[in-house]
Amino acid sequence: MTEPELRELALRVLRKIAPEADPARIDPREDLREQLDLDSMDFLNFVIGLHEALGVDIPEADYARLSSLDGIAQYLGEKVPGAAR
Amino acid sequence: MPSLGADMEAGTLVKWLVHSGDTVRKGDIVAVVATEKADVDVEVFAGGKIETLHVAEGQKVPVGALLATIRGEGEPAVAAPTAPVPAPPSGPRAIASPAARRRAAELGVDLSRVSGTGPDGSITLSDIEAAASGGRPSPAPAPDRSAAMRRAIAAAMTRSHREIPHYYLGTEIDLGAALRWLAAENAKRPVTERILPAALMLKAVALAAREIPEMNGFWQDGSFRPSASVHPGVAISLRDGGLVAPAIHDADRQSLEELMKQLRDLVGRARAGTLRSSEVSDPTITVTNLGDLGVETVYGVIFPPQVALVGFGRVAERPRVRDTAILPVSTVFATLAADHRASDGHRGGLFLASIDRLLQKPETL
Repeated sequence: MTEPELRELALRVLRKIAPEADPARIDPREDLREQLDLDSMDFLNFVIGLHEALGVDIPEADYARLSSLDGIAQYLGEKVPGAAR
Repeated sequence: MPSLGADMEAGTLVKWLVHSGDTVRKGDIVAVVATEKADVDVEVFAGGKIETLHVAEGQKVPVGALLATIRGEGEPAVAAPTAPVPAPPSGPRAIASPAARRRAAELGVDLSRVSGTGPDGSITLSDIEAAASGGRPSPAPAPDRSAAMRRAIAAAMTRSHREIPHYYLGTEIDLGAALRWLAAENAKRPVTERILPAALMLKAVALAAREIPEMNGFWQDGSFRPSASVHPGVAISLRDGGLVAPAIHDADRQSLEELMKQLRDLVGRARAGTLRSSEVSDPTITVTNLGDLGVETVYGVIFPPQVALVGFGRVAERPRVRDTAILPVSTVFATLAADHRASDGHRGGLFLASIDRLLQKPETL
């Protein structure tokens, strides 16, 4: 998967959790939880959604790297086998 | 019609999920009822055979009204579900033709609730069918939902502030041990089985409520009625605004894994609008967690007729003195809003101390 595809997938997972969010208004560099008002349960569901879609295991210690959409795309690019960088 | 909230006066039967003649078991979901706050799956409180459905889909009836009659095996008919049933309106007997009566019985339409359009107000076959098809209820007036929820919250909170003499206590709890234990546990678990600190706090509150029963129960008819079971209601904010606080049943007797599973399920269903009647009507104490928003301290308003609400703020590393050094320590501010009619500050203090003590031994939760 390419980075834009991973980014699109992350947005798809987010849409299930925060259906009212407008992806066009997300600043990819800014804190995602703040922008979308995600609580810790939402965030856990987001991580579970990524895990289910991609089969990647995301340890809690890595959560800090998932704070922005840019960070998520980069992190997944490293984790997903064969992802184009 | 079960009471699904302190200030619920009536509910609309949106959909029956059973028919006359169906066999049901205790706990089965038999109908969907729309309240001002949400559509709720109504569970049946007695097993047996559904004899008659008394309320047509789309009909709005007061709390306590008979929804269905269920006959247990070899028993006389029992009324279900739940809730004290007021005497039926003793109006004049409905005038209806035998054909209309037969059709009413087939469709489970209560004649006393059908307004007749025939001669002298008599009920015709088409009145019955119209009543049965229910004017096709607004499956919850969607545009009005958030205004209706606001009204329901307003009514409950106004009643709370008017009737309940709140007292407030707060304490700072060291979460170092709990978070270290949780991090080690979660590192061993697949992502789907990870536990959030909220589950730990919920369990600690449930166990503390068992120790200090004055916090767990209801103020009703001028006296405190403790609850034998601990069913903490978990405050869940809905994404389009509003708030529900459905119960997790017997939280004090569940493992953290089980609690976490239920918490996830409950948050998902609360937001999808598919809560069950027992979850809506059973909470014995409320827990609210606003720490994710950066709130330091919660000053809660009790949900009547409950007598206590526990609030948790943000978990953060704060500089604290330990022995002779200033160290970064993860702490949370826990607060109690309690009903002074049911308990005094001393017991409230013991309750918070108990939550603190329990959170120092996370492995025993």
